[in-house]
Amino acid sequence: MVLAIAMRELRALFLSPLAWTILATLQLILAYLFLTQLDTFMLLQPRLAGIEGAPGVTDIVVAPLLQTVGFLLLLISPAITMRVFSDEKRNRTLTLLLSAPVSITEIVLGKFLGMVLFFLLLLALLALMPLSLYAGTTLDGGKLLSGLLGLSLLLSAFAAVGVYMSSLTEQPVVAAISTLGALILLWIVDWSGSKREQVNGVLQYLSLQGHLESFLKGLFSTADLAYYLLLIATFLILTIRHLDQQRLTG
Amino acid sequence: MGAKILIRAEGLYRHYGHYLAVEDISFELAQGEVLGFLGPNGAGKSTTMQILTGNLAPSAGRVWIDGIDLLDRPRRAKACMGYLPEQPPVYRDLTVDEYLSYCARLHRVGRSQRGPAIRRAKARCGLDSVGRRLIGNLSKGYQQRVGIAQAILHNPAVVILDEPTVGLDPNQIRDIRSLIRELGESHGIILSTHILPEVQATCSHVQIIHQGRLVFSESMAELERRLGSRALLLETRQPPDPALLQEVAGVDSVEMLGETRARLHFDGDNPAEAVAAAVAAHGWGLVELALDRQTLEQVFVELTCGDTDQEREQEAA
Repeated sequence: MVLAIAMRELRALFLSPLAWTILATLQLILAYLFLTQLDTFMLLQPRLAGIEGAPGVTDIVVAPLLQTVGFLLLLISPAITMRVFSDEKRNRTLTLLLSAPVSITEIVLGKFLGMVLFFLLLLALLALMPLSLYAGTTLDGGKLLSGLLGLSLLLSAFAAVGVYMSSLTEQPVVAAISTLGALILLWIVDWSGSKREQVNGVLQYLSLQGHLESFLKGLFSTADLAYYLLLIATFLILTIRHLDQQRLTG
Repeated sequence: MGAKILIRAEGLYRHYGHYLAVEDISFELAQGEVLGFLGPNGAGKSTTMQILTGNLAPSAGRVWIDGIDLLDRPRRAKACMGYLPEQPPVYRDLTVDEYLSYCARLHRVGRSQRGPAIRRAKARCGLDSVGRRLIGNLSKGYQQRVGIAQAILHNPAVVILDEPTVGLDPNQIRDIRSLIRELGESHGIILSTHILPEVQATCSHVQIIHQGRLVFSESMAELERRLGSRALLLETRQPPDPALLQEVAGVDSVEMLGETRARLHFDGDNPAEAVAAAVAAHGWGLVELALDRQTLEQVFVELTCGDTDQEREQEAA
């Protein structure tokens, strides 16, 4: 049932030009970035060759690429998730789901999964670029995988926040802007340099970006994994609670 | 009659803030019944239907669908229910076939039964020719029919239709009405409408909701009997003598409505023939002699306007 709703969400995205435009634009920007990054590496390569334990092609080309993907999607993902619930509310089609023998949890999970599937598809397309390097050199496969894993967790977190914001309003644009606001706040929350060590620690833990960095370095820690899973669970539960509440208050 | 009770609602209340939209509504619907919800705009019809379908939670009260508590086990209760809301919940970016197949999946129709179920629903709602068209490009009437198809797709025991004939042309209205009657034979149906003849044409039971309360609840047969006339309207050229009219066999009482008009109440067989003979015998000159028929419309107006008049008087006092 969750899968049926997820597939419907995914199809709805591709029925409008939005998804295609986003995929094409991102692919173009990142291809350009990938090539410049590759140029830099070619320039540095003779000097790096002499140094013991110097950063390899994965560190110089792939990691910055993935980092940029993360940031760009922070800006773009609200446009993808904005209509997930607000459109249904505005067109009064949510009734169809609510009067079907499907629980609200299943509806929310289905919608969330639909968004995640789209982001995974997007990542798979982007991953083709670093993978093409295998034609001429070898990559640090572990680092690449851990980077992709971190990025998919980050994107899932974006999707969860977006689904929640979309459930709050009938206006997709309002949902998009609130999602963008929430994501940017979570991204920059550790920028403030507080004098108190504890506050700094908490803010650093809350930051979306910090947790991604260790994944990009090839560092897989359960603390980072737990952070993303908690964030996703929190926003999904908030969505379920909110929709349930609406049944009570109208 | 041991007909199965398909819907039982008990003491439904619904508040919107301080506004009481539905107040103490209780009723039962058995298999093979078509229940018509009538009421002026904002009377609480749609709210009641939303409560029955689990789209809104009642502030108080309980609902059983086919014996299953809607609040305790919503998934099982909703499985035996089809609902067409006021605005058909259709996805404009899907074709009719895609949409119905998605609805079938949502209602857990088995993979092998999906095809036949969709074909049956399309045939019943006259959608055969538009299966591959985008819903967004269809006219309002077709969208409405897609909505109805969606509600009966999984062959639910209870079908709830909120104003099903809005936006349809007269031919389609006739088709939908006969569809409702046909469905009503084996299912339990609730429909809401403003159109009074529609209730008389399709329903077996009538309920009138006014200001959130159930003010009238009768079976159609009972209503017919109540509406069935117990009075004759008589108009003559010369003023008749009430005392002489009273003596006509079968006439219980005479009520003069004017110089030459009278209402004759009777209990038993229609005394029209005797009255006509008496009028002729006395040379009053018969102008009109007809059954005084009270229509559902009069009942409706009486029940839904009377209250507000009283309130106005109370406010004025």
